[in-house]
Amino acid sequence: MVSIKDLHKKYGHQIVLNGLDLEIKEKGIIAVLGPNGSGKTTLIKSILGMVVPEKGKIELNGKSILHKWNYRQELDYLPQIANFPGNLRVQELITMIKDLRGKIARDQQLIDFFGLHPYLDKKLNKLSGGTRQKVNLLLCFMFDSPLIILDEPTSGLDPVSLLRLRELIRTEKQRGKTILITSHIMNFVEEMADRIVFLLDGKIYFDGTVSELKTSTGQFDFEHAIAHLLSEEHV
Amino acid sequence: MFKILKYSFFDLVRSSWSYVYFFFYLLLGTTLLFLNNDLSTAVITLMNVIIMLVPLIGTIFGVMYYYNSREFTELLLAQPVKRSSIFLGQYLGVAISLSLSLVIGLGLPFVAYGLFKSPAIWDFIMLLITGLFLTLIFSALAFNIALSNENKIKGFGFAILMWLFLAVIYDGLFLLSLVYFQEYPLDKFSLVATMFNPIDLSRILILLKLDISALLSYTGAVFKEFFGTPVGAFASLGMLVVWVILPLFRISRVVKKKDF
Amino acid sequence: MKKLILFFFLFFFVSTVAAKEIIVCHECEISSIKQAVELAVSGDTIRIKKGLYKEYEIEIIGKSLTIIGEDYPVIDAEMKGTAFKIKADDFSIEGLHIKNIGTSHTSDNAAILVSRSKNFSIKNNRLSNIFFGILLERSENGIIEGNIIRSKARSQANSGNGIHVWHSKELIIEDNDVQGVRDGIYLEFANNCDIINNVCKENLRYGLHFMFSDHNRYLENLFENNGAGVAVMYSKFIEMERNLFRKNWGSASYGLLLKEINDATLKHNIFEDNTIAISADNTNRIDYLENDFISNGYAIRIRGACYKNVFRRNNFLANSFDVAYTGNINENEFSRNYWSDYTGYDLNKDGIGDVPFRPVKLFSYLVNTTPEAIILLRSMFIGLLDFSEKVSPVFTPAELVDPQPKMKKIKW
Repeated sequence: MVSIKDLHKKYGHQIVLNGLDLEIKEKGIIAVLGPNGSGKTTLIKSILGMVVPEKGKIELNGKSILHKWNYRQELDYLPQIANFPGNLRVQELITMIKDLRGKIARDQQLIDFFGLHPYLDKKLNKLSGGTRQKVNLLLCFMFDSPLIILDEPTSGLDPVSLLRLRELIRTEKQRGKTILITSHIMNFVEEMADRIVFLLDGKIYFDGTVSELKTSTGQFDFEHAIAHLLSEEHV
Repeated sequence: MFKILKYSFFDLVRSSWSYVYFFFYLLLGTTLLFLNNDLSTAVITLMNVIIMLVPLIGTIFGVMYYYNSREFTELLLAQPVKRSSIFLGQYLGVAISLSLSLVIGLGLPFVAYGLFKSPAIWDFIMLLITGLFLTLIFSALAFNIALSNENKIKGFGFAILMWLFLAVIYDGLFLLSLVYFQEYPLDKFSLVATMFNPIDLSRILILLKLDISALLSYTGAVFKEFFGTPVGAFASLGMLVVWVILPLFRISRVVKKKDF
Repeated sequence: MKKLILFFFLFFFVSTVAAKEIIVCHECEISSIKQAVELAVSGDTIRIKKGLYKEYEIEIIGKSLTIIGEDYPVIDAEMKGTAFKIKADDFSIEGLHIKNIGTSHTSDNAAILVSRSKNFSIKNNRLSNIFFGILLERSENGIIEGNIIRSKARSQANSGNGIHVWHSKELIIEDNDVQGVRDGIYLEFANNCDIINNVCKENLRYGLHFMFSDHNRYLENLFENNGAGVAVMYSKFIEMERNLFRKNWGSASYGLLLKEINDATLKHNIFEDNTIAISADNTNRIDYLENDFISNGYAIRIRGACYKNVFRRNNFLANSFDVAYTGNINENEFSRNYWSDYTGYDLNKDGIGDVPFRPVKLFSYLVNTTPEAIILLRSMFIGLLDFSEKVSPVFTPAELVDPQPKMKKIKW
């Protein structure tokens, strides 16, 4: 599905991605982890076409995506910070994104799901952070694309909504989608992820399942396993 | 692009800043006309305002909108839309909503005053046209500056500096060089120097309407050709169009390579 | 005594009977104007019917004739010379259309040439394609009224004046319309003339031109789009009132040019859209009262050696420069004018600004030394320069102020 070969990217003198290779063939949930500055966001943004790599290849379903934009029709993205044009109403924003995609959307279903009905006629700058994140999630999930990229999806959500989100991600997984997630909430990752991709210094440092991670590091606890990966690096 | 434009525009026309801008012009036009009661002096005051304030507001609005909508832009970038469409759409949203505030804000009091029956209508229309151009140009320049500066404070700083340079410093340097080289024939130089500053260009366009009699006091043949015939107006308008197109061209180029 | 009375009676009888009317037309017994003039004696009327008369050098000497054209008969001089040459008292010419007066370097060919004549009137004629129109020399007490003069002057050297007056006095020049000649109306050594309600447009040099002519008045005339509107030179005691000077454009163009003028008054004139509304050079004791200066390049340009000129209660509206000034203040005075550029305040509400107004801008000095700088007119930088000069004058004469600027436009 996604195939990345020898990806290089630097900002000025700072090398962010240093010959990264990543192959995602399977359906399911893949968590991209790593310390700050390890290149998680750059990797995701490269796939999204928001960052233009210096070198390397990114292919989606066998086609290069560099300098293209149409492929994003098959891709959903949840940005980290939900900040929308403040003077638009929720409904208008939904309509706008639908308009841009020109695709059938299940927005009604998701409005019900997140309980957004009372907010539809509110302006976006009048919403609380949590509600805004719900809108953000709705915009992401309403198109039913085969590849979903979630950048810190849990931020700002109340516990109930967090449960809803997990439920939603699981259903999407069962419907046969590929879901790429970055998160700082380790138990969320542990619970959800089928595969862990751990980045360090612009390369993939570990690639495997949660249990593989635990065995290779000799740790029983996921958080400790991750910490172990980091400390290994420091040694 | 037009979809982005549509929603940016909806967003902006509802923002309180648009109203502030609109009411400012409404107030300005009304006080000028109904307190002063003299159309020709009102038009001159208005010209000073347009030449100074419209570029400043265009610049500030452009930079502000860009930085404020950065996260939303990311969301848009992940949609199946061409990059240049996103930014040109946003740019047009800003430029058009500012233009509307200007035209309606100034237009209403002038229409109420009975502009259509007055010979000053052409002066006024020229004012509006240059105001529109300045809005288009300076919000485009602002977008350029914002695109090249990730740092908000730096971007704002550069934008204000650019405005200050084009509105004041440029003319100062211009005058200095005229005085310094006054033994040489300078009419071509001064016309060319004017072309490189959109504020000067707009000023010339308005002068052609308001102060043509003073401009004609200069004896140089090049000036005479420029100001005494339609050449001046067409050349100035043409250059203003170039001033709109070049920054837009740069936006679409920079945006192609930029990382977000 | 009885004989004497009879003599007088007979004289009157004979002269009234003798005052006959001669009719000129193509089918008439008398078909040429020259012939009619030869036949006529003083007191006769020559009535010229509609038609084309190819005649020139029609001389009227010592005969007091009344010449009347019916439906504008055309007298075509075929570019060969002057149409009418008149040296007579008590004559009148009316209703003729005289055309094609040829240009000449040796003689001043005119449609109507009047010399050494008194008590005459030239009314409602049409003159077209002429060199000189109406040329008066050493004449007095005449009326020139309602004539329409049109020509297509191209160069100053090869063109004449519409109404040209030389060494004459006590003339009334009224309601004439002169376009496309060198000077619309020209007066040299002409005294005590009234020039009223004429229209002078699109003339090559001046709309109205005075040289060495004293005690004249010109009122209610329109001067538009001439090389320069009015030039008054080397003259004294000229009254200029209620005239309109418009659109006199060009690098050497003025609404009104005053040169070596003493004791004149300007009142209730309107100067609009001129490159330079008034240029004054060597003028003394001129009163400028209640004139309007609207949208001119320069409203007033004073070029040295001007003494005791007073500008009072004028309106200066939206001019690029209100006053440009060379030389010393020389007892010239500005007071109680309205300046649209004035930004002061009036705390005691007496209608007069509390801060004096400085009508001379630094920028006008700059433009004087560096003419190209005009292109920076009304730019913000120039505004700042002018402002700082206003606060502390360095280059402009500090005494040149209007100490009592009016807050509102003056109505007169």
